[in-house]
Amino acid sequence: MDTESTYSGYSYYSGRSRGSHRHGERSRDRHKSRSKDSRSEKSVTINTPPAEPLLGDSAVRGEQVQDDNWGETTTAVTGTSEHSLSQEDIVRITKDLEDSVGLDCRRYFTRTLAVILGLLVFLTPLAFLVLPHLLWPEKLQSCGTACEGLFISVAFKLLILLLAVWALFFRPARAGLPRVFVFRALLAVLVLLFVVSYWLFYGVRILDSQDENYQGIVQYAVSLVDALLFIHYLAIVLLELRQLQPCFSVCVTRSTDGETRHYNLGQLSIQRAALAIIEHYYCDFPVHNPALLSASKSRAAKHLAGLKVYNVDGEFPAAPAEGPGNNAAAGLAHSQSRAMIAAAARRRDTSHNELYYEEAEHERRVRKRKARLVVAVEEAFTHIKRMQEEEQKKAPGDVMDPREAAQAIFPSMARALQKYLRTTKQQHCHSMESIQQHLAFCITNNMTPKAFLESYLTPGPTLQYSRDHWLARQWTLISEASVTSGLKDGSIFLLKCVDFSLVVTSKKIPYIQMSEEYIDPKSHKFVLRLQSETSV
Amino acid sequence: MSFVPGQPVTAVVQRIEIQKLRQGNNLILGFSIGGGIDQDPGQNPFSEDKTDKGIYVTRITPGGPADVAGLMMGDKIMQVNGWDMTMVTHDKARKRLTKKNEDVVRLLVTRKSLEEAVKQSMGGFPRP
Repeated sequence: MDTESTYSGYSYYSGRSRGSHRHGERSRDRHKSRSKDSRSEKSVTINTPPAEPLLGDSAVRGEQVQDDNWGETTTAVTGTSEHSLSQEDIVRITKDLEDSVGLDCRRYFTRTLAVILGLLVFLTPLAFLVLPHLLWPEKLQSCGTACEGLFISVAFKLLILLLAVWALFFRPARAGLPRVFVFRALLAVLVLLFVVSYWLFYGVRILDSQDENYQGIVQYAVSLVDALLFIHYLAIVLLELRQLQPCFSVCVTRSTDGETRHYNLGQLSIQRAALAIIEHYYCDFPVHNPALLSASKSRAAKHLAGLKVYNVDGEFPAAPAEGPGNNAAAGLAHSQSRAMIAAAARRRDTSHNELYYEEAEHERRVRKRKARLVVAVEEAFTHIKRMQEEEQKKAPGDVMDPREAAQAIFPSMARALQKYLRTTKQQHCHSMESIQQHLAFCITNNMTPKAFLESYLTPGPTLQYSRDHWLARQWTLISEASVTSGLKDGSIFLLKCVDFSLVVTSKKIPYIQMSEEYIDPKSHKFVLRLQSETSV
Repeated sequence: MSFVPGQPVTAVVQRIEIQKLRQGNNLILGFSIGGGIDQDPGQNPFSEDKTDKGIYVTRITPGGPADVAGLMMGDKIMQVNGWDMTMVTHDKARKRLTKKNEDVVRLLVTRKSLEEAVKQSMGGFPRP
């Protein structure tokens, strides 16, 4: 099946964006990024590259690293393992690609419309000025001083309008929104109507009657440009200024691990608010790490697996005998679930105990590994020293540039770092290449070992990680209200991506009634509190 | 012992006569006073009404003239030798008590137990 021909550049990005935490896909994406031409998203062959080291993908690295990793990377790929591409993924990929093709056409369509409108707007005043000279030059009054002054005014106003439109509208598109941007559409319609009405007037009163008063025509063109500048002012107010004043406080929660942030937004439509929230998400929320969620999932599975309901008698329980079918089946399910809940409540559950000790043990392990890591890194950093200028001229012996220096000291800390990353389940966020790059960067900028380690000890925002972790440039907005309607107090919507969803609730910032009270600076007077006791 | 502004203050009082004791150059009575209209009435531990700015007896030297005469700690002094002590400053009260040319001070003091004793004794008789 020839699928490559129907893809535009957009689908390349959507394919890349779905590089999720799944190991096989990500390694494939990495290969793709290097080859830059393989479009294997649709292929169903699932071959995990054999013996690929966890932290890196090239055999040039230090020996210890590869040896250490080797035992971990032989994965057995079955249909249900975490590292496989299941049927749902394939369906999802096809759906994504179909969607992306449709979106692309719409973007080009709006772009061409905008360009046509812009050309119309700019050429109209010039046409107004030039047409009389072309059509009835002999009848035209000559242009006096005032008229020529107006030429300069038209020229500069057009220049200002050009710069202003370039500043406001000619910016790289940030996103593709599901519905049309209402204000922009309104403004485009307004401009179109405006220009059309000016043309109508011009055509009827000036072209048809072949007016000789050229100054009047020039003033007409100037009034058109003035009005266009005012429409541009209206565009600034509607598109940029109106949402600056904060009106709503939105609470954004990630559904998988409950990370919550609060933001202040102005009066926006739901889709624009969603866009602002996603941009904040990429900058503020710590990266989504699905490896941290496996513990709670296994606990939930244990709860479910603990109790099973058996129907001993084989007949339906005492439901009012209205006949078989839905009623009795529902009654059966209802009584079963109630029985399970009752039994679970009665059961002496010690899983909280296990959780407590497990977490304490994990804490201890993490701290131990962290201590080893810090010591190893500090020791590694003492091995290299920045060479001063004078020394550089004198001793050209074993001089290294930052990259080589990083490669030289990396092996001594590699094992400690890798063990720490594995304990905190971050090993898939950092490749060996990225760690070495970061090390070279720190060495170049005279950073201390603590500064180097900071990016590994705390999970940073999603944008800091490699492109593989820009999970889902494809977001879905799920909302009960129309997405072009404005944000209201209590509006709730969801932003779904492949691995998780963001739940957004908004609350209105209340109206504040403030009154004043004047205090005279001379009114601050004090007395001592006396309580003397005198003996007589 | 609270007062209603504008109405005369009524209280059950006890007459106590104290003979001053000469110690060297001084005449002492053997107790300490606290309170006064220029003092903070909220800090008075003996008053029932914490807005009461009267003069209270805060300490009695055991075996002194006041103790011998029957003055008790916590008494509110209403009059000294006929002079009113319910609306005086602390210093004025001290001066009234320590006049050098007087050997004897006659106090009218009131305390809670006096009121209660009178109430008990009156409560037995039904009012006509």
